[in-house]
Amino acid sequence: MWVLLGIAVLVGGFVARLNPLAVILAAAVVTGVAAAFAPGVGLPELWAAALDTIAAFGKAFNDYRYISVIWLVLPLIGILERYGLQERARILISRARGATTGRILLAYFILRQISAALGQTKLGGHPQMVRPLIAPMAEAAAEARHGDLPDAVRYRVRAHAAAVDNIALFFGEDIFIAIASILLIKGFLEANGILVEPLQLSVWAIPTAIAALLVHGTRLVLLDRSLTRQVAAPEAGR
Amino acid sequence: MITLQWLYIFAGLVFLAFALLSAGDRANPKRLGNTAFWGLLAGSFLFGSYLSDLANGLLVVALAVLAGFKWLGQGRPATTTGEERLASAERRGDWLFVPALLIPAVALLGALVLDRTVILGVPLFGPEQPTLIALGLGVAAGLALAMAWLRPPVLAPLQEGRRLMDAVGWAGVLPQMLAALGAVFVIAGVGDRIGDLFATYLPLDHRLLAVIAYCVGMALFTFIMGNAFAAFPVMTAAVGLPLVVEQFGGNPAIVCAIGMLSGFCGTLTTPMAANFNVVPAALLDLPDREAPFNGVIRVQVPTAALILLINVALMYFLAFRF
Repeated sequence: MWVLLGIAVLVGGFVARLNPLAVILAAAVVTGVAAAFAPGVGLPELWAAALDTIAAFGKAFNDYRYISVIWLVLPLIGILERYGLQERARILISRARGATTGRILLAYFILRQISAALGQTKLGGHPQMVRPLIAPMAEAAAEARHGDLPDAVRYRVRAHAAAVDNIALFFGEDIFIAIASILLIKGFLEANGILVEPLQLSVWAIPTAIAALLVHGTRLVLLDRSLTRQVAAPEAGR
Repeated sequence: MITLQWLYIFAGLVFLAFALLSAGDRANPKRLGNTAFWGLLAGSFLFGSYLSDLANGLLVVALAVLAGFKWLGQGRPATTTGEERLASAERRGDWLFVPALLIPAVALLGALVLDRTVILGVPLFGPEQPTLIALGLGVAAGLALAMAWLRPPVLAPLQEGRRLMDAVGWAGVLPQMLAALGAVFVIAGVGDRIGDLFATYLPLDHRLLAVIAYCVGMALFTFIMGNAFAAFPVMTAAVGLPLVVEQFGGNPAIVCAIGMLSGFCGTLTTPMAANFNVVPAALLDLPDREAPFNGVIRVQVPTAALILLINVALMYFLAFRF
């Protein structure tokens, strides 16, 4: 049970608001050392375990480089922002009749969920879609209705824009039969002697996908009214 | 053949440019910290495959030290003013969207066509991460178009990219770090121990209790690990298969599909899922971006809680019927 010490380090570090990169590395080293710990194990062995853990961490960090490749989009997004991409997104929305924050986000939610269900999970994303396009559009729609926004409202709209991308992706992608999570389930069951077809799994992702659309869609429909209330409230700037 | 290695070289050169340009940024008092941080990352992308595991590990230690001592600052490269941007947006019109939309368009093209294209017997794309390769191509195409049309200063894309990268800061490598931590957890058997705890201490003598333990357990364990993929094998081996499927006769396809989606409810609520919950807060400049539960997570919690509840109901009513 000593290996769970690493999780304690992780939680403690997050609660103490220490830098997460340092906390993660510390949690990894504590986990590796704790796994080697047993009565009678001396300091040299524990030191070796720490070095082994750092090496294992380094190998995994190197194997997972593809995760950080997404930042390649920043030079393109940056250069377009320099020439007014966000402003253009705002202009587009301010000229569209009937575009509200809630409706824009709902439309993006549906598009994102459908494209994810067809396996196209890379069509959305925070760096390439939400920051340059969706968040400015949602903000512009709120501004068109309420004028200059209090900070609390502006940040809430942005948080909603980010959340839509996540929720639509999570509860859309499993409908596609060749997505990583479906293949993981299939592989796991196979290893336990149960054969299922990917299609059998993805079909049963549909009820939850519909539930997610209903739950979050309802929240988005109600969002416009909630924003109106928040803007009108005297403590809106809190 | 375009392989993942090409993409790593592309990324390495971009990070190297961020590092060099940071060094000359007198508006950033911590510029050398930025140079070191992005320079180390460039080294990882360019040479990581040739370094020993321990050397890669020490590189990560250096990144953590730089971030831990708050040695990274915010670069302030020269850019356009708000008025200039508005004027440019008026003048250039909706064409500004085209280079940005090239990224998803080429990604789609990549998945549907390029990934299956074979030229002279050689596949166009390497076997690893074809969607990311398509993303890299989309970025290159968008950049080429934007440069030819907008004619900015030559270094402008790198400077603007550095402005955004500095705004994200160390949080940019957080997802990669957490994935590596997950790997260490697997080696040390952390998941198995948590599964033991669940299986040993919970009295699951009714199928509703077993369903609740599995779904909520998936969400909770995903909350801790930040990744439903890490939680799934552990919780399913501890509770899902032995109890819900074998003891109470649940349909394994339904149980596992809904179990995984219950894990995703946990993903929506945890700062450990950095690429989904922490990175966007940084990208969107939220003031509480460093709080454990930032604005993005707080918006997601009600939806996650409701969907988890619905998942429990769905599993209970569907898994024993079909």
